[in-house]
Amino acid sequence: MAIEIEQPSVSVGLSKVAVSETHGEDSPYFAGWKAYDENPYEESTNPSGVIQMGLAENQVSFDLLEEYLEQQPEASTWGKGAPGFRENALFQDYHGLKSFRQAMASFMEQIRGGRAKFDLNRIVVTAGATAANELLTFILADPGDALLVPTPYYPGFDRDLRWRTGIKIVPIHCDSSNNFQITPQALEAAYKEAESKDVRVRGVLITNPSNPLGATIQRSVLEELLDFATRKNIHLVSDEIYSGSAFSSSEFVSIAEILEARQYKDSERVHIVYSLSKDLGLPGFRVGTIYSYNDKVVTTARRMSSFTLISSQTQYLLASMLSNKKFTENYIKTNRERLQKRYQMIIEGLRSAGIECLKGNAGLFCWMNLSPLLEEQTREGELALWDSMLHEVKLNISPGSSCHCSEPGFVLNSPCSFNFHAAGMIVVVTVLVHI
Amino acid sequence: MTQSHRTTEPEHRKPTTATAMRLIVPLQGVVQGRGGLILGSLIPCALFYFLQFYLKRHRSPNPPSPSASSSNLAGLPRTSSRSTLSSRGSLGPVRISARGSSIAKPDDSPYYIGWNKFRDDPYDKINNPNGIIQLGLAENTLCLDLIEKWVSENLSDSIMGRDGDDLSISGITTYQPFDGMMELKVAMAGFMSQVLGQAVSFDPSQIVLTAGATPAVEILCFCLADHGNALLVPSPYYPGFDRDIRFRTGVELIPVHCRSTDNFAFSITALDQAFNQARKRGVKVRGILICNPANPVGNIIPRETLYELLDFAREKNIHVISDEIYGGSIFGNEEFVSMAEILEAEEVDKDRVHIIYGLSKDLSLPGFRTGVIYSYNESVLAAAKKLTRFCSISAPTQRLLISMLSDTKFIQEYLETNKRRIKKLYDSFVAGLKQLGIRCSESSAGLYCWADMSGLIPSYSEKGELELWDKLLNIAKINVTPGSACHCIEPGWFRCCFTSLTHEDIPLVIERIQKVAETCK
Repeated sequence: MAIEIEQPSVSVGLSKVAVSETHGEDSPYFAGWKAYDENPYEESTNPSGVIQMGLAENQVSFDLLEEYLEQQPEASTWGKGAPGFRENALFQDYHGLKSFRQAMASFMEQIRGGRAKFDLNRIVVTAGATAANELLTFILADPGDALLVPTPYYPGFDRDLRWRTGIKIVPIHCDSSNNFQITPQALEAAYKEAESKDVRVRGVLITNPSNPLGATIQRSVLEELLDFATRKNIHLVSDEIYSGSAFSSSEFVSIAEILEARQYKDSERVHIVYSLSKDLGLPGFRVGTIYSYNDKVVTTARRMSSFTLISSQTQYLLASMLSNKKFTENYIKTNRERLQKRYQMIIEGLRSAGIECLKGNAGLFCWMNLSPLLEEQTREGELALWDSMLHEVKLNISPGSSCHCSEPGFVLNSPCSFNFHAAGMIVVVTVLVHI
Repeated sequence: MTQSHRTTEPEHRKPTTATAMRLIVPLQGVVQGRGGLILGSLIPCALFYFLQFYLKRHRSPNPPSPSASSSNLAGLPRTSSRSTLSSRGSLGPVRISARGSSIAKPDDSPYYIGWNKFRDDPYDKINNPNGIIQLGLAENTLCLDLIEKWVSENLSDSIMGRDGDDLSISGITTYQPFDGMMELKVAMAGFMSQVLGQAVSFDPSQIVLTAGATPAVEILCFCLADHGNALLVPSPYYPGFDRDIRFRTGVELIPVHCRSTDNFAFSITALDQAFNQARKRGVKVRGILICNPANPVGNIIPRETLYELLDFAREKNIHVISDEIYGGSIFGNEEFVSMAEILEAEEVDKDRVHIIYGLSKDLSLPGFRTGVIYSYNESVLAAAKKLTRFCSISAPTQRLLISMLSDTKFIQEYLETNKRRIKKLYDSFVAGLKQLGIRCSESSAGLYCWADMSGLIPSYSEKGELELWDKLLNIAKINVTPGSACHCIEPGWFRCCFTSLTHEDIPLVIERIQKVAETCK
């Protein structure tokens, strides 16, 4: 039932936050999603729809989840007669359900092959990593301050880190000459850039494994980052949301491991963000966590988490699921294998079409180099290609410019968000070849 | 411990303020003329700030707050290993933001202190009969048996969903619209309508769903006001608003004091005064926040007053936020009129009105985190929808609620039974207090009563009130919320939440209060 809204002559004003463009939804990143929403590809009913490869959603191990829930109905129903229901329904403590935090801590340890320990009392629950990153930013930085973020980075950061918090992102420029790795020179340059603009840097935020590169950060680089943060007396946030999506457990090094090796010296500046949206394929559940080595940050984050708590029902379900070691071990292992397989398939397919990708070892996507296909090696050229991909070829992939990549032609491609089979793969490759 | 109405001032600053005032006044007198007046204010101000600076630098650092995290670090060395840090020179520990720092301070509000004490020593009839009885949390457990029954009969279908004959969870694991599934918006619109006895119909497309009413209030605040602006709020008010509105938005809350002589009803005159006073200070008021039915008083705003409020808002061109979270918890005979009803009936300016709702009170599901923003303003809806990415409702919970809220027969039974049970308990509790000579204000809604214990306080002041509160908490071992935590201007009032008690608990509570009351006479 539509309601007619009378438009008065002098309208009541809204805030700057409400009318700001910082939500970033006018960028190609989101335009592609909208196009997909309006015309989604479906094998049998809409084969000429837009194929979604711009959303990093993991559906490769979905069957394992289904199997678990079917076999363990008590996890989702509080058991027969719902004996645990009452307490659960009333539970709104911002500390988060203890059993859930315990299960989360042990899951995070498992992902790191037991190479790092996590204390359940340092875990703060939030409704997704999006909320965790914003919350941390509110705590670590004041309006007008800056966080240094290596490029290319997840387009959502422009919104999540800046919109309500009022902070700036100063990019740490990385390029293809060394596979987009972060160098000490780039760190210093970014810091100086902020200084020259009279902007106070409060921290560095990295994503490890990286989005959009799909590669883990090397141990030596992590050591450098920690040293840099210590020297400048700033914070280091490590978004490890793809830690369980590294194809091989041994190739992923968490900042937690570095800290343990240093016996937690200088650890009070380090904070880890995690979520079940990628590794466990449960973005709908809205489950994120902040793990901080700083007591004050833990206390403050906990209080602020009142604005973004996870439903106690979901915490209860996941506490059960994640403490089931048999299930988690099998899931983590199988998920890694399937992601790697899917990745290989698309890399080879692209290679046979003459397209090179960055050598990746993690994540739900690949970082393609389409610069040979650009008419001009500029941002405009890249956007022109993206546009024809979306509207003529009906393929939604994300242009590197929306990830703030300084070199045109690199493109983010997420092949794990729908059920691929060989024929579908061939379609994608053929399509790319014909551009 | 004394508390000003602005609870953020730490205790040690009080004597300095008094000293500073004693400097300013005579100095202003000494230095004559216009320029002199400015200098006369500048010099003491400068002195004042230098004194503050001096005090801050030489004050010993606060010990880390005794949070749960510090007590159980399982092998991790304490991060306040300040010895290691200070040996590296004058860098000091890495700092958090100003916003963060003010939130990190130990909770010195009775509202939170009481909760913490309760958590450490909760009353249990069998296992801990001398523990603290919780009357400080507006939680309703009276009808959970009905919900339990519904859940055990209906749940597995609702989570797993039925995809033909197969159970499937595919609908809940993937990304959903951040502002909630349309099916839940539809079910919620229907529920909100049932709560109002079908007096209004709600449009699902004007609903934005959030993880609880707490983020709903904050989001509206972000959308309607800028940092440094203010909202007027009739007081006494829900202590949580101080957090919801002020934590991160930088928006000020200006209390508009109501009095017992009016049964704490607010007047437009008082709102107008507050508006003008703010303007004189250079503070822009962007809206009025009301809670209807009210918390902590429990009264209902009459239809006439709602009309007057809308007129006032239109005259000043500001917003109205109506938090109607207790709309289904009405036990009295007064008619509850939702803002939605007024707007549906009249040709009034709808762009400025926004309603908050949620399932934490009326449906006793605070753990599930379900809040609603209902607005008539397309721009507000558009902005609010985008902001829900930070506070979406978990998908399995949305599924469960779609199922439950659509079961209109169950909901009807629930709403009716709930009202009956609240009324019964209210009557019993208020009668018990009356026997002790403690009168409660007239209320017809909510999960609490607003009790006048001014006869028991040692001095008619906030200090006296807090002394009584302390006795009630530590001697009577009942946690109630003192009026000062709700910014009530008259000392001695206490909010007592009774809906997590059973009838058998009431005599025990009254007995405990009596023991303390006797020592106060």
